[in-house]
Amino acid sequence: MRSRLFFASLILALAAATAHADTTLLNVSYDPTRELYKDFNAAFAADWKKQTGETVTINQSHGGSGKQSRGVIDGLEADVVTLALAYDIDALNQHGGLVPADWQKRLPDNSAPYTSTIVFLVRKGNPKAIKDWDDLVKPGTAVITPNPKTSGGARWNYLAAWGYAAKKYGGDAAAKDFVSKLFKNVPVLDSGARGATTTFVERGQGDVLLAWENEALLALGEGGGKDQFEIVLPSVSILAEPPVSVVDKVVDKRGTRKVAEAYLRYLYSPQGQEIAAKDGYRPRDQAVAAKYASKFPKLPLFTVDDTFGGWQKAQTTHFADGGTFDQIYVPGK
Amino acid sequence: MRRRRRHALPGFGLTLGLCLAYLALIVLIPLAALALKSATIGPAEFWKTVTAPRALASYRVTFGCSAIAGAINLVLGPLLAWVLVRYRFPGRKLIDALVDLPFALPTAVAGITLTALYASRGWLGRWIEAYGYKIAYTPAGITIALTFVSLPFLVRSVQPVLEQLEPDIEEAAATLGAGRLTTLWRVILPTLWPAILTGFALAFARAVGEYGSVIFIAGNMPMVSEIAPLLIVAKLDGFDYAGATAIAVVLLFASFVALFAINLLQLWTVKRRSAEAR
Repeated sequence: MRSRLFFASLILALAAATAHADTTLLNVSYDPTRELYKDFNAAFAADWKKQTGETVTINQSHGGSGKQSRGVIDGLEADVVTLALAYDIDALNQHGGLVPADWQKRLPDNSAPYTSTIVFLVRKGNPKAIKDWDDLVKPGTAVITPNPKTSGGARWNYLAAWGYAAKKYGGDAAAKDFVSKLFKNVPVLDSGARGATTTFVERGQGDVLLAWENEALLALGEGGGKDQFEIVLPSVSILAEPPVSVVDKVVDKRGTRKVAEAYLRYLYSPQGQEIAAKDGYRPRDQAVAAKYASKFPKLPLFTVDDTFGGWQKAQTTHFADGGTFDQIYVPGK
Repeated sequence: MRRRRRHALPGFGLTLGLCLAYLALIVLIPLAALALKSATIGPAEFWKTVTAPRALASYRVTFGCSAIAGAINLVLGPLLAWVLVRYRFPGRKLIDALVDLPFALPTAVAGITLTALYASRGWLGRWIEAYGYKIAYTPAGITIALTFVSLPFLVRSVQPVLEQLEPDIEEAAATLGAGRLTTLWRVILPTLWPAILTGFALAFARAVGEYGSVIFIAGNMPMVSEIAPLLIVAKLDGFDYAGATAIAVVLLFASFVALFAINLLQLWTVKRRSAEAR
């Protein structure tokens, strides 16, 4: 009898604790956003407290974009996803209908509150005189980029090179030839963007690293690499739009839709944009962009939608099994 | 008063039942789920996936490097066990403990450390590359990582057998006029052989499935230094679950065949030896 009472009170206590527990959000993100969301979560929690009086705790999860998306499909209860490319959020729609098909239209700017681009990180003094994409296919230049099959960032690298060549040399056949030559110069294919940065920075492999602009800025700044490396901006690159979305099935189940949506909208606010710019992402907001103009030099950027007809098409053509990337390596095709 | 004859240990029925239930839960059900998932693509698609040129190349890398790593340990593992069992020297206990380190160390740590050592800037890599060889980011690097992770299997399977082997037998062989090589070849090796085979099989199977330590040192170039487990991860990242499990089934089947074959070989050597003894 006594023990039964004990258990009953325990269950009641637990129930009371959960009812009064503060709201938590889980943001499932990709690899290089650690620093960004560490800063942003603190700012949002403070703002939310001021607006509503509620305490919200945001938990973060980071990893390769595709892996993270698969985690959410397999049951990781993410309230929001902030991934490297739209294809990985499309997958949430195709496998299990976690988000509606038109998720990307729900927020401004293709649901990408900040952007980035692909730049070159070279060794100090630029000994191989690497100025543009053409220098990457020269014999004797070693290029470090991760494997586009396993890294979202690497897909942006691949498409940036492809888009450049298609424009300059006219057509997909020429672009394929160019990208094949480029990958012949790649001695190591790491599985993720951080791994490739380590290979270039710590292991001293390669002459040039194709990197997210924010990763390159981080390597120069916090990485303390100012005397070892420098950033080279190519003549043209790709507009990388890492998108964000609420995961509808999860927020409706957990009752966190309101705060999750506010969380994403805060990314578009001047405060959110300022944090993004500080951590190396190009802000969408014109005023904030003007303030950080010297950090993010202007260069012509093309988009996946214009040049490749969207991520679904780009994925099937280039990165699916038997796509152009596989054809580079498999002989006789 | 009737007395039933009892075994010293609890009943056969109960233990067998527990064993089977345990095996089913831990091993068979996950494996069945794997096979079922891979079957969702149909036999034609399955065959195409597992015989694609990149898949075939990755099997060559995985099984080739695993076999070489196993072979290296096949020689050096028993030697290490021999030294640890037969000789007394300062630091023996320490070396004995070191042997297990590859078990305890997270494989990713091992991979990063080996890469740091063997890359062109590393302590070892810079000397090796001065002679024109490259280890990190080639199949040679993969073999080194696999040798590292599979070493304990050979040492630990041979060691207890060696401990049981009395030096008297060697002395007896010597008094009967056998030379050192003959003693080693005709007396010691036949006794150790089953244990060495078991160790090799375990080491090989472990190496085939290894991912964490290899991925950093491999270079991961398709057709050259891409291991089959990486191909599985690549397929998963493209949301190709069935394709990934298809490759996994091939690895599993190959490992099973290898283990089974070695078990048979072992049985055969033991039988032959007992026949000889008679």
